[in-house]
Amino acid sequence: MFRSLTIEDCLSLNREDLAAESAKEIEKMEPVLKSFITVCKDHEFRSGEFAGIPIAVKDNITTKGVKTTCASKILENYVPPYNATVVEKLLLHGFTVVGKTNLDEFAMGSSTERSAFFPTRNPWDPTRVPGGSSGGSAAAVAGGEVVAALGSDTGGSVRQPASLCGVVGFKPTYGLVSRYGLIAFASSLDQIGPITKSVRDAAILMSVISGKDAMDSTTVDKNIDFLKDMENGISGMKFAVPKEVYDYEQLDSGVAVLFDEALKLAEKLGAKIRKVRIPSMKYAVAVYYVIAPAEASSNLARYDGVKYGLRVEEKGLKDMYKRTRREGFGEEVRRRIMLGTFTLSAAYYEAYFNKAQKVRRVLSSELDSVLTENDAILTPTSPITAFKLGEVKDPLTYYLMDIFTAPANLAGLPAISVPYGFSNDLPVGLQIMSRRFHDAKVLRIARSFEKNSPYNSNGRIRLPVVKA
Amino acid sequence: MKTVIGLEIHVQLLTETKAFCSCSANVFEKAPNTMICPVCTGQPGALPTVNKMMIEYAVRTALALNCEIHRFSRFDRKNYFYPDLPKGYQITQYFYPIATNGCLELDVGKERKKVRIRRLHIEEDAGKLMHEGDAITKAHHTLVDMNRCGVPLIEIVTEPDLTSPREARRFLEKLRSILRYLRVSSGDMEKGALRCDANISVVDEKGFSSNRVEVKNMNSFKFVEKALQFEQNRIIQALKSGSNVEKETRGWDLTSKTTVSMRGKEEESDYRYFPEPDIPPVVISDEYIEKIKESLPELPDQKKDRFTRDYGIPELDAEVLTSTRELADFYEECVKIKPKPKEISNWIMTELLREMKNSESEAVPISPRHLVELIELVEAGSVSIKMAKEMFPEIFATKKMPRQIVEERGLKQVNDKDVIEKIIKQAMEQNPKAVRQYRSGKKGVLGYFVGAVMKQTQGMANPQLVNEIARKLLEG
Ligand SMILES: [Zn+2]
Repeated sequence: MFRSLTIEDCLSLNREDLAAESAKEIEKMEPVLKSFITVCKDHEFRSGEFAGIPIAVKDNITTKGVKTTCASKILENYVPPYNATVVEKLLLHGFTVVGKTNLDEFAMGSSTERSAFFPTRNPWDPTRVPGGSSGGSAAAVAGGEVVAALGSDTGGSVRQPASLCGVVGFKPTYGLVSRYGLIAFASSLDQIGPITKSVRDAAILMSVISGKDAMDSTTVDKNIDFLKDMENGISGMKFAVPKEVYDYEQLDSGVAVLFDEALKLAEKLGAKIRKVRIPSMKYAVAVYYVIAPAEASSNLARYDGVKYGLRVEEKGLKDMYKRTRREGFGEEVRRRIMLGTFTLSAAYYEAYFNKAQKVRRVLSSELDSVLTENDAILTPTSPITAFKLGEVKDPLTYYLMDIFTAPANLAGLPAISVPYGFSNDLPVGLQIMSRRFHDAKVLRIARSFEKNSPYNSNGRIRLPVVKA
Repeated sequence: MKTVIGLEIHVQLLTETKAFCSCSANVFEKAPNTMICPVCTGQPGALPTVNKMMIEYAVRTALALNCEIHRFSRFDRKNYFYPDLPKGYQITQYFYPIATNGCLELDVGKERKKVRIRRLHIEEDAGKLMHEGDAITKAHHTLVDMNRCGVPLIEIVTEPDLTSPREARRFLEKLRSILRYLRVSSGDMEKGALRCDANISVVDEKGFSSNRVEVKNMNSFKFVEKALQFEQNRIIQALKSGSNVEKETRGWDLTSKTTVSMRGKEEESDYRYFPEPDIPPVVISDEYIEKIKESLPELPDQKKDRFTRDYGIPELDAEVLTSTRELADFYEECVKIKPKPKEISNWIMTELLREMKNSESEAVPISPRHLVELIELVEAGSVSIKMAKEMFPEIFATKKMPRQIVEERGLKQVNDKDVIEKIIKQAMEQNPKAVRQYRSGKKGVLGYFVGAVMKQTQGMANPQLVNEIARKLLEG
C-alpha cells in the first residue's frame, strides 16, 4: 500500500509506477489536506539508487523551471532559474520531485495558516493545523501523498509540524546541508531537513542531501555515516532533561504524561536520565524573535518589485516599493520585517540585536556544557498538540510554541522530533538534541525510541486514516 | 586659512571573477545584463561565496599602503533600497575591516609627507541605472544594468591630512601608480575603476573651522583638483564674508565647471549594518601575509630612491621614470644594455614620453633595443643628434630599427673629409671677403662656411667635423 511506504520499503519494489501512485494519492487527498502549492505533472524517471521514489519539496526551496512561491503573493509567479543544491542532489540520486508543499509565508509561522494561498490540514484531524512552517511537507508525508519530503527549520519548522502530524522531522547541525537555493528567512538559523515516515529514512535522506557545497560557504566538510550505528540502542547513554520543561505553564498535560513515559522507556532501555538546569533556555524565544526578524528584514529586502515577483505600479520609485511590499507581503511577514528593521537600527542595535547575539552565545555554551556531560537533551518537541484552524490568534502565543525547538537553531545543534504516543488521539513528538555534528547519535537515539515505543507496531510509526 | 581634505576612494579590483560569484569581473562596456547569475542578481535562495583572489588583492594593496592587516575580519550587510542594488543590501566590511592604520608618502616640495590611511575594506559594487531621457527628474522610465553588481571593490579612507586640491590630486596619482605597480586595478578614473569622493573644510586664521562639504562626481584627476579648488574658494569666500557653507554633499558639474548641491539637508541614512550571516569570518594567517609580502613588487618610492642612488640621475628624472612599472622596467633594460643612465633618461623623458602622450599610449611600444641602437648611431657619428630626434617619431610609430630607417632614408651622416673640404674650399673661393673677415679676427663668420656645407649636404654633414675642417682651412 503506497500510503505507508518508506524509502527503505521502496528499494525492494518496482519503482516505475511509484510516481504515478503518488500522483493518484495526491489527487485523492488534496481536496482535504491541501499540502501542495504546485503539483508537478511530468516526471522524468531518473536512474540512481533511489530511482523513481516520489518526494515532496517545501516551496521555499528553488526548483529550476518550477514555480517557487514561499507561499507569498510577492513570489506567486516566480520561476527560479536554478535548482537548490539539495534538489540537484535528490535528482542525482534518482528521486522524483512530485510537488512543492505549502508553508507559512516565507516560513514564518507554526501552523501553515499564514500561507498567502490557503491553509493545509492535519491528516489526523482535518479541522486542525498540521503545524508549521513546513506543514505542507509534514501533511503530505503523514497523509501518504509522498514517501518523504524536505522541509526547512529556522526555529522548529521541520520538527514542530512533524510532531503535530506524527512523523519524523530532523533538523541537522547547521552547516551540514547546503542552503543554496533555500529562500532565506534567517540565514544564521535556517537549515533544510527531512520529514519522513521512519528514522532510518531521515538518515538515508541525510546521506543524500548533506555535504560541503561550494555554493554555500557556511557548509562544512564532515563525513558522517548516518546509518552505521543506527540499531545500536541507547544502553549506557546519559540524557539530560531541562527542569525548565516542567516550569513551562503552557505545557499540555497529555504531552507531559507521554514525555515522562518516554523517559521511563529510556531508563528501561539502559539510559540514565538526569534533570539539569539550562537557565538561558527561558530567553531562547526572546532571542530568537530578535535575531530571526532582524536577518529576515534584510533577507526580504530583495523583494522590491524591480527584478522579479510582484510589482504594483505607482508613480515614483518610493511609492512603487511601498505598495508592492504592502500588497505582496502578508501581515506576519510585515510584522517581522518591521520588528527586524527596528532592532537593527543604529539607535537600538546594541540594546536588541547585539544583546540578543550575546545571550545566544551564553545559551550556546550552556547547551554545550550540558552536552559534554550528556549524550543528548530530551524535551517534548511542542508543548501542545495540533490545534484547530483559527484557534490561535495572538502572535505571542504562536511565538511561544518555539520554546523547545528554537534553542537548537540558536546553537546550531542537530535535533529530531520522533513520534511518541498520542494525546486525545493527536500525535505527540519527542525531541532529541545533541552536540554539533553528532547527528548520527541523534538519529540512533530516535531510532531506539521508534523501535521500542509501545505506540508503534513492529518499530513502525502509526499513520492516520484520512477520509478523502 | 588652512584647507583640510580627506578622501574616500573606491578601487575596482582586476580579479578574474566577481566578489561573490563566478561571473567575469570584466564587465566594462559589455551588453547590459549579460554578465550576471543568480548570485549577483540577488535571486531568492542564492548565496555569496568569497573570491579568494579578491582577499589577496586587498591584502596586497593594504601592505603596499603600510596598513595593519587584521588576522580576523568579517563581512557585514549595509541595508538600503535602490534599484541598482538587487539584494537590498550591499556586502561590505563595516565592523571589522581587513586593514587599518596605513599611510602613503607624498613628496611635497623637498619634504616627504605622510598621508595617513584610516581604513581599507572590501565591498561589492552596485549596478548601473540608465535613465530614459536627459535628466533623472524628467525620465519616463529607468533601466537597470546589473553587469557591475558584485564587481569587487576596495574602499580606502584617508585621514584629513591633505592640505590642498593639488595635494589631493597628487595623492590620487600616487595611489594609482601603486595600484598599477601591484597589478590589482587599472586605476582608470575615466572608466570608473578608481572613484573618489572628498571631504573638504577650511580653518581660518582664528581657528574657526567651516562646515565640512562632501564633493562627488569627480571622474578624472583634473576634475578632482578643479572641483576642490572651486569648493575651497567657495568656502573661503563664505568665511571671509563672516558666514559659513552648508554641511552638504555637492557634485562637480562638467558644464558649469562648478559644484552643485546634490541632496541638501537630508537626515543621515540608517544603514542597519549587521554581520553577514552567509559568509564565515575571513581569517588570515601570518604565513599568508608573509607570502604576499614577499611577492610584492618594488614600489614607486623604493624604485625612485634606488634609481637616484644607483644610476646617479636627478630626483625629477627618477620620479618620472618610476611613474609606471613598465616605464621603469624599460629604462632599466636600456641601462643594462647601454650603461649611460642620464643620456637614456633624457631620451625617455623628452622623446619617448612626448610620443606616448601624443599617441595616448599607456604602454611603451618600442623595445629597449630601439633606443639603445639610436643612441649608438649618434655616438658613432653615423647620425647627428638632430637627425636622431627627427627619426624618433618614425621609430615609435613603425617600430622599425633605427639602422633600417637610416638606410631607407639615406640619412647617413657625411663624414667624408674630402667632401667637406671640397665644399668649404669652393665657398672660400666664392666669398674671399668672408675669408678676410675671419682672418682679421671676426671668428663669427665661421658659421657662414658651416652653413654652406650643411646646405650642400642637406644637413647631413657631421657638424663637429665641419667645424673642425672649416677652422683649419680658414686659419690656413
Ligand atoms: Zn554573478
